[in-house]
Amino acid sequence: MTDSPPREPRRLTRGEWLVIAAPAAWIALFFLAPFALIVKISLSRPAQARPPYEPVFDLASGVAGLLEKISQLGFDAYRGLAEDTLYLDSYLSSLTTAGIATLVALVAAYPFALAIARAPQKWRPILIGFAVAPFWTSFLIRVYAWIALLKDEGIINHALMSLGVIDAPLPMFATRGAVIVGIVYSYLPFMLLPLYAAIEGQDPSLREAAADLGASPRQVFLRVTLPLSKRGIVAGVLLVFIPAVGEFVIPDLLGGSDTLMIGRSLWNDFFANRDWPAASAAAVALLALLLVPILLYERAQTREGRR
Amino acid sequence: MTDAPLLSIKGVSKRFGAVTALDDVSLEVARGEFFALLGPSGCGKTTLMRLVAGFEAPDAGRIEIAGEDMSGAPPHRRPVNLMFQSYALFPHLSVFENIAFGLRRQGKDKPAILARVAELLEIVKLTGVEKRRPDQLSGGQKQRVALARALAPGPRLLLLDEPLGALDRQLREETQFQLKEIQRKLQTSFVVVTHDQDEALAMADRIAVMRAGRIEQIGAPAEIYERPATRFVASFIGQMNFLPGRIEDGLFVGAFGRLPAPPTNLPDGAKAALAVRPERVAPTTDDGLDGIVEDVAFRGEIIHIRVRLASGEILRVSRGADQGARASIGDRMRLAIAADAAQLFTDER
Amino acid sequence: MSARVLRNATLALGFAFLYGPIAILTAMSFNASRLVTVWGGFSTKWYSALVHDERMLQAATISLSAAALSALIATFNGLLAALALARFGAFRGRSLFAGSLYAPLVLPEVVFGLGLLLVFVALDVERGFVTLVLAHAAFTMCFATVMIHAALKDCDPTLEEAAADLGATPLRAFILVTLPLIAPSVVSAYLLAFTLSLDDFVIASFTTGPGATTLPMRIYSQVRLGVSPEVNAISTLLLGFVALILTASALLTRGRAKGGGAG
Repeated sequence: MTDSPPREPRRLTRGEWLVIAAPAAWIALFFLAPFALIVKISLSRPAQARPPYEPVFDLASGVAGLLEKISQLGFDAYRGLAEDTLYLDSYLSSLTTAGIATLVALVAAYPFALAIARAPQKWRPILIGFAVAPFWTSFLIRVYAWIALLKDEGIINHALMSLGVIDAPLPMFATRGAVIVGIVYSYLPFMLLPLYAAIEGQDPSLREAAADLGASPRQVFLRVTLPLSKRGIVAGVLLVFIPAVGEFVIPDLLGGSDTLMIGRSLWNDFFANRDWPAASAAAVALLALLLVPILLYERAQTREGRR
Repeated sequence: MTDAPLLSIKGVSKRFGAVTALDDVSLEVARGEFFALLGPSGCGKTTLMRLVAGFEAPDAGRIEIAGEDMSGAPPHRRPVNLMFQSYALFPHLSVFENIAFGLRRQGKDKPAILARVAELLEIVKLTGVEKRRPDQLSGGQKQRVALARALAPGPRLLLLDEPLGALDRQLREETQFQLKEIQRKLQTSFVVVTHDQDEALAMADRIAVMRAGRIEQIGAPAEIYERPATRFVASFIGQMNFLPGRIEDGLFVGAFGRLPAPPTNLPDGAKAALAVRPERVAPTTDDGLDGIVEDVAFRGEIIHIRVRLASGEILRVSRGADQGARASIGDRMRLAIAADAAQLFTDER
Repeated sequence: MSARVLRNATLALGFAFLYGPIAILTAMSFNASRLVTVWGGFSTKWYSALVHDERMLQAATISLSAAALSALIATFNGLLAALALARFGAFRGRSLFAGSLYAPLVLPEVVFGLGLLLVFVALDVERGFVTLVLAHAAFTMCFATVMIHAALKDCDPTLEEAAADLGATPLRAFILVTLPLIAPSVVSAYLLAFTLSLDDFVIASFTTGPGATTLPMRIYSQVRLGVSPEVNAISTLLLGFVALILTASALLTRGRAKGGGAG
């Protein structure tokens, strides 16, 4: 088969519509409608009602009623976000915490991915499989496992104290450091997989050629391996950073009451304060924060897909 | 009705985006004919075959099989079967089930299927492997299973996409003869797509030479070899020398000197290239072009000689190994090109 | 030689980091003592305590049935979506289709959970088991699609053409040729959607109702009170269950790589 030349977008045939109808309707209902609703609710006001916001659009009220209700929409919730220093702090804190955690994850994952990619060929799939497997196990449980390690009376402090390294327990639990460790631990597979793919996919003769041309092992790594894995680094960084910014479970379980993150604020607004417009506005703000990285990621993916 | 061609392609064009794959192609294949579509990769021969099989729809023109218009007919309703270049054997099915696949779609009953599969395995000389999976077969065996599978439903027309492409050299030659024999026995029309001119010349009753989405020439192998219609066909089929020059008073004049001009309707003074096959260039002691032997290659029954003319041009000459004295590098050689041995082409077409 | 030592040390360190906390958690679930720092001897008493925890058992039942159902819907939808992406070429609306399909892969869970909840509220659906199943089916569908899409891309499309050429309708060609070849990946996709649903806490919290509290939600409310041996025990069970499913899935996909080599 010769490869098929590029084609212009075409209409779907009737048979193809039969295939695509169910997933397309599904996507419209559960992926696209939520976005529209989040935006709409974020422009509403909280109310003591079911649902706890107003206006509530009602098709029965006719066009005039609908228009009137649209005029009731406003930016109150966003004003609330912008004026509340707690919210602003949580944005900033989300970005820095996620940023630091992403860097740590990159630095930790690179040698690990390199070691797996350089292992004997028959071991590689098994090693990467085991490295990624924790991703499929419960996130909650994996974060929970760190509580026992990090607490004042936890395993690490206990071990250090009985070895005589420290006299009083190190305050690790309920700190930003604990949140960072939790993020690195939970999202390491996301960093590892693209890095491994980028390193393992390199033609080994490139390194041999560089060495043959007089490059030391260090130079081979810096001039050949590292630049060629750029794609994997970008994908890994985005795959860790994006979900980390919106993380709720990790700051809630490992962070202190002062470890603010936007996902946690959203959660509290929704569950504790029952302020749905504020939670929706936080969601919109979160998406706005992530828009650039998400678009970068999508672009990298489509480029990858075209290759 | 019996005189209607089995396959008739009329003015078919096909574009993929900005690329024109086929441009106004017309041809006919008769019942029981062994036909070859020959051309370099990207010439559109595979696209043409996929149009006939029904995997693509033409943008313009029509395709008729046994007088019936095929437009809009999906692949599974066409009386045509295709032997894929990759063989496309179903990896999860046994050899038997692969061959029976088309028969089951026709709703044949069990004894009929058993008999037909056995018959086909006999035809392709491959028995005793019915229970094997495709990945347990050798390349040559896979090729035969693919052939048997495509023949099983009894198509009126069998399309073969580079049928010998995946075989090694020795097996290829042997299989050429077998394919031809099977085709003769079954009297099914075969259309072979190939880029290999030797294959096309050896097997086909007629050949269509394609280039850049167009048909350059359709004819019997000898006709195409001896009277190429275009310069492209002349250079694509077999070895050919081209000497640039122009026509002057019935002579062909160039840097090399002057030669008797082949019959032509080109006007006096017209620029052209003189095309001559290496085996039609003859050493002579009379009038001719002088040159020096630059290289001699021994190829068993034939010797290939490269001669550099005094004007700098290279002429390839081939001679039977038993014809006269051996030439060696550095020898002087005088060559004659008879008017009826050569053909003239203007630079394009 | 030293490079190999360094490589193996890195591997050991990496896997210790990944599996250490899980291993400690598992060990603790068999610890007779309530304290994480004291080994009070081997005991399975926390597991026997679980058997009598009605609320935990009920949550487990809900989680397992929600996972089984939602994974079924997700796999079916994912199969159709993957088919469209892998076989329809460049059709109109493809980028919107693919873009929104893969959105949950990069979307923060809190946003996705909130959005799904708002859809259910707008449709005036009572929140409970049904909304939980639908939400999980929506969330796990993209993972199923990715997996089945990969298998379809590996599956030579000329095989489908060959089937069509031999007289099979598109539907028959799919059932007789494509489906058997991608079956291991479809089963894997189901199993992985199942584990994702089983493990999910955030989306379930938004979309379920009072009558359908899931196992992770139950665990979470206990975890907030601190480390407890009961939670260690149920966590270990959950980890073991997922490990079992992963092994099954890995064996399946490996079988495919071996058997499908000729395709």
